[in-house]
Amino acid sequence: MSNIKVELKKPDVDKIKEICKSFNNQPGELINVLHKTQHTFGYLPAEVQEVVARELNVSVAKVYGVVTFYSFFSMIPKGKYPISVCTGTACYVRGAENVLDEFKKNLKIEVGETTGDGMFSISCLRCVGACGLAPVVMVGEKTYGRVAPEMVSDIIKEYTNQK
Amino acid sequence: MEKVKLTIDNKTVEVEKGTTIYKAAKTIGIDIPVLCYMDLGDLNIENKPGGCRMCSVEVQGRRNLAPSCATDVFDGMVVNTHSMRVLNARRVVMELILSDHPKDCLVCPKSGNCELQSLANKLGIREIPNQDIAEMSTYRKDFSPSIIRDMDKCIMCRRCETMCNEFQTVGALSAVNRGFMSVVAPAFEMDLEDSVCTYCGQCVAVCPTGALTEVNHTNRLIRDLSNPNKTVIVQTAPAVRAALGEEFGHKPGTLVTGKMVSALKQLGFHHVFDTDFAADLTIMEEGTELLSRLTRHLNGDKSVKLPMLTSCCPGWVNFFESQFTDMLDIPSTARSPQQMFGSIAKTYFADLINIPREDLIVVSIMPCLAKKYECQRDEFKVDGNPDVDYSISTRELAHLIKRANIDFDSLSEEDFDQPLGESTGAGVIFGTTGGVIEAAVRTAYELHTGKTLQDVDFKELRGMDGIRHATIDFDGQPINIGIAHGLGKARQLLEGIRNGTSEFHAIEIMACPGGCIGGGGQPLHHGKFEILQKRMEAIYQEDKNKPLRKSHENPYIIKLYEEFLGKPMSEKAHKLLHTHYVDKSKKIIYIEPKSFEI
Ligand code: SF4
Ligand code: SF4
Repeated sequence: MSNIKVELKKPDVDKIKEICKSFNNQPGELINVLHKTQHTFGYLPAEVQEVVARELNVSVAKVYGVVTFYSFFSMIPKGKYPISVCTGTACYVRGAENVLDEFKKNLKIEVGETTGDGMFSISCLRCVGACGLAPVVMVGEKTYGRVAPEMVSDIIKEYTNQK
Repeated sequence: MEKVKLTIDNKTVEVEKGTTIYKAAKTIGIDIPVLCYMDLGDLNIENKPGGCRMCSVEVQGRRNLAPSCATDVFDGMVVNTHSMRVLNARRVVMELILSDHPKDCLVCPKSGNCELQSLANKLGIREIPNQDIAEMSTYRKDFSPSIIRDMDKCIMCRRCETMCNEFQTVGALSAVNRGFMSVVAPAFEMDLEDSVCTYCGQCVAVCPTGALTEVNHTNRLIRDLSNPNKTVIVQTAPAVRAALGEEFGHKPGTLVTGKMVSALKQLGFHHVFDTDFAADLTIMEEGTELLSRLTRHLNGDKSVKLPMLTSCCPGWVNFFESQFTDMLDIPSTARSPQQMFGSIAKTYFADLINIPREDLIVVSIMPCLAKKYECQRDEFKVDGNPDVDYSISTRELAHLIKRANIDFDSLSEEDFDQPLGESTGAGVIFGTTGGVIEAAVRTAYELHTGKTLQDVDFKELRGMDGIRHATIDFDGQPINIGIAHGLGKARQLLEGIRNGTSEFHAIEIMACPGGCIGGGGQPLHHGKFEILQKRMEAIYQEDKNKPLRKSHENPYIIKLYEEFLGKPMSEKAHKLLHTHYVDKSKKIIYIEPKSFEI
């Protein structure tokens, strides 16, 4: 649940309408429409869901139901530096959980949330295919290997110093 | 249709191919317990998520137990519905459900009427293993003027969602979130009050647990009735008398008008009045409005919009105020009978008995949950004092009568008090689908043509079909009438108006199946039309029994106009008996819930 209020501008609304139209405004295409809309806006705030609901002629409750069911969809914008912790089997066994906890503690947010200043968000990943480096953390495009909880504050500092 | 032969509990049964085990068993009187499954046959609504596994049965040759609500029969199938293996499995399923369910049955509003409770009892559950370590999912309680959502008690059967979306097409509810966090909720988990909910109460009527219940005002009523400084009066809606008896073991369709009045007097109400009186008043106002709109329209006045829609159902009013806001100018401006009654009671009647309106408490007994909300609307208050203080449902009344230890069956039959208790047959039939418009036609016809109706029964307007239409001959002028009950059907008629394909002059809409006889506050009918049908027959019977059957002949109504209101649609009548509608769609945007914890 987010408490971010967004005001949609006309071009934004037009863009959503266009996406819906590209799926013939079919209610059955809801998931695909949401997929594409999230790709465009980065996330799916309530206001965007309302437009989608209206265009596809489904209830807003239903759209919200789908958005909250699939973890892929998010109602919160990702941070400027999205942090992804791999929790695939290899990373998990090598202590990814502790690394994740450290990030959560340090940034005071949960998985799926974004810090108040919009700088960081945390999400979990399933195997990134770099098991040799487990546990693996990605910040944006950059990959960190063999991360230990003690390294977390340094990683965060790298980005807070950049601002 | 291809037939299939199978054996259930050693009995042979032949059913059509494609039938489920559950339904096949039912045809030979074998009751398989269900929880999430719901079949409202006559409404054409089936809820079949196949999730709870309570209906599991043993099928010979199949390794796992089969959910009977979702498994089709096949030729030669051998089914055992109550084997020891099945009983064991059902017990485990129930224990698991209960491990995430509150155990406050003692104070739960559903206690005694709860499907979960009685099933747990039937399955012999006496303890819940590992309760001390099991996690419980919790959710905030959501209070609205009509309905309380206590989602800790939700078992995710999603019956409410089916009613709200498929039958009513309101779309207020959906399953949201996943896994342990999943719950049925309005969009963005906003409060029901901020959502598109119409308070029709059809979700409450199907909820198997205490998750969705009505706001109960009986304790408040008892407090008021024991306050010597208040005069407490009551009005009873037409549909109540045709269903209340069921709560006391009477057959559906038993009319208990006299006993109900008697019980209300015993409870201590100072005056027992009838909403039917106000229904007659509604007809005077709504009928006059219809005639004036009709005449102007037929004379070519293009500024007059038709069809005129009835406005006595608050569930329906809520629906168009939030979903058909482009049509706020076509429903009649006449208030509902409940509100007309309150308005007259707190002016005319309060003056008559010479007390200030603040000392008069007006209570209504309604088949309806939306009325609980309606009487709280600001338009129906004077200086903050509501015309109707609160409304209690048929179910609440039955409970109260039992609580007061009144032996309902041995009660004598009593009459309503005057002057607000007299009604004609036209007022009575408000309780069933088609009744409001029939009552309006009886009066409008006579006022329009100046002739007396030979036969006041307009059979062409009656029935249970979701959408009906009929053309009534107003002395050479054909009047096209449409009728819908259930908001899904209403939506179809409204879309016709929106597209300009509708040719109706007047349309009656009721939010509930069968009209108020199937209201959200009535004894549960489980979607059985035979029950609704019986209640409907009772209503028409009561109409027939009345010496007067046309609203404009009600002597107390005539007197009310002479002494107090002047003419229908007079300035005074406008102020006291009419209303305006609000565009609620703006409200239905993302609003932060008042409290939020999960
Ligand atoms: S009261 Fe009616 S509109 Fe409201 S949630 Fe229940 S079924 Fe839907
Ligand atoms: S049909 Fe009757 S019971 Fe149902 S919401 Fe309307 S007024 Fe209430």
